[in-house]
Amino acid sequence: MPGAERPAGPHEPERPAAASDPTAQPTSQPTSQPTSQPASQPASQPASQPASQPASQPASQPASQQTAQPTSQPTPEPTSQQTSQPTSQPTPRRPGRARSTGIRVLVAGLCGLLGFALVIQVQRTASGDNLATARPDDLVQILDGLQRREDDLNGEISALQDTLGRLKSSGASSEEALAEAQRQAEALGILTGTVPATGPGVSMVIADPQNRIPPEVLLDAIQELRNAGAEAFQVGEVRIGVDSAFTGSAGAIKLDGTQLTAPYTIEAIGDPPTLAAALAIPGGVLDTVRRAGGTMDVSQSDSIVIDQLRVPRTALYARPADG
Amino acid sequence: MYAVLALVVGVVVGLFVHPTVPDWLAPYLPIAVIAALDAVFGGLRARLDHIFDAKVFVISFVANVLVAAFIVFLGDQLGVGAQLSTAVVVVLGIRIFGNAAAIRRHIFKA
Repeated sequence: MPGAERPAGPHEPERPAAASDPTAQPTSQPTSQPTSQPASQPASQPASQPASQPASQPASQPASQQTAQPTSQPTPEPTSQQTSQPTSQPTPRRPGRARSTGIRVLVAGLCGLLGFALVIQVQRTASGDNLATARPDDLVQILDGLQRREDDLNGEISALQDTLGRLKSSGASSEEALAEAQRQAEALGILTGTVPATGPGVSMVIADPQNRIPPEVLLDAIQELRNAGAEAFQVGEVRIGVDSAFTGSAGAIKLDGTQLTAPYTIEAIGDPPTLAAALAIPGGVLDTVRRAGGTMDVSQSDSIVIDQLRVPRTALYARPADG
Repeated sequence: MYAVLALVVGVVVGLFVHPTVPDWLAPYLPIAVIAALDAVFGGLRARLDHIFDAKVFVISFVANVLVAAFIVFLGDQLGVGAQLSTAVVVVLGIRIFGNAAAIRRHIFKA
């Protein structure tokens, strides 16, 4: 640098000093220039160093003077240089200042670019659509994860479908079970007398003019009919149930606490010929009634209506047992 | 100071402008940002050490970004892009922490 500035020093200070140099230069330079610089520098520096050295070096002291001259010359030169350097520094600083402002602009631009890129990257990351720009390895990993998740979900789907099918089938079977239960309830209702019943059967009237027919005869009649396959009975206005009982005595027969009056009408649903035959078997109901002085009239019918109902009894102690 | 101002301006511009990052740049942008952060922290530390040189800063900034992006690019070509970018982030993070520690010592004297 000093070597480069030295030749520029003497030439330049004069032009900028007159033209456009800052305030520091005209104050310092005119004072230093007329005194030191024109006197010493033009003599010593431009073409004078090579010129003065041969002039003062008459080849007599080649080694000592060359060593002495750099020692002696730098003594004035540093002063002149130090005076010339501050004066000449603005001139190299001019391009330097431009360069520094340029670099400052560059630094500022880079910093601005950093902030810009930072925000953009943050926004990209926050927006989450960086899948399209992810690198293949990451995409493969993501794909692996998605496939694993898909497998899991597929397993879950099949399990849920199994459950759905099971529930559906059980629902269907429960519907069937409900229908079956309905049928059973109807059958049991007919048996216990809680629902009306109709169908083919027999209707018979037992007359007891002498009031000699005991309750056992009516019970025998019911039992015979039941043995013959009768399914529903009605005596007078009383429906026969599983817990029906004839009580009382001849002429004052009670069925389930209800007084029966002769003639006794018994209606039964079943196969009419079978029921009629069962009543007419020798030593059967018909013979017994006749021995008691009564008469029995049996008529078969295709449509016997039994409309008397019994109040269903809820069991106090018995509970349905599983299995 | 102007650098800080420029940083703020850049952030604001980034907030208000929503440019689409080109695809070829997208994988390198985060690494480049980290590298630039490293350069900025280094420059801040140098400034506090009174040895800040704008030229050094500019060159180190650009070189950091380019080298980091190149390393990631190379890693992508070699099939170890994810690992290599992780390595770059780790190294730059260590440097950033070191610079941050120096800055902290300057500022808080502790």
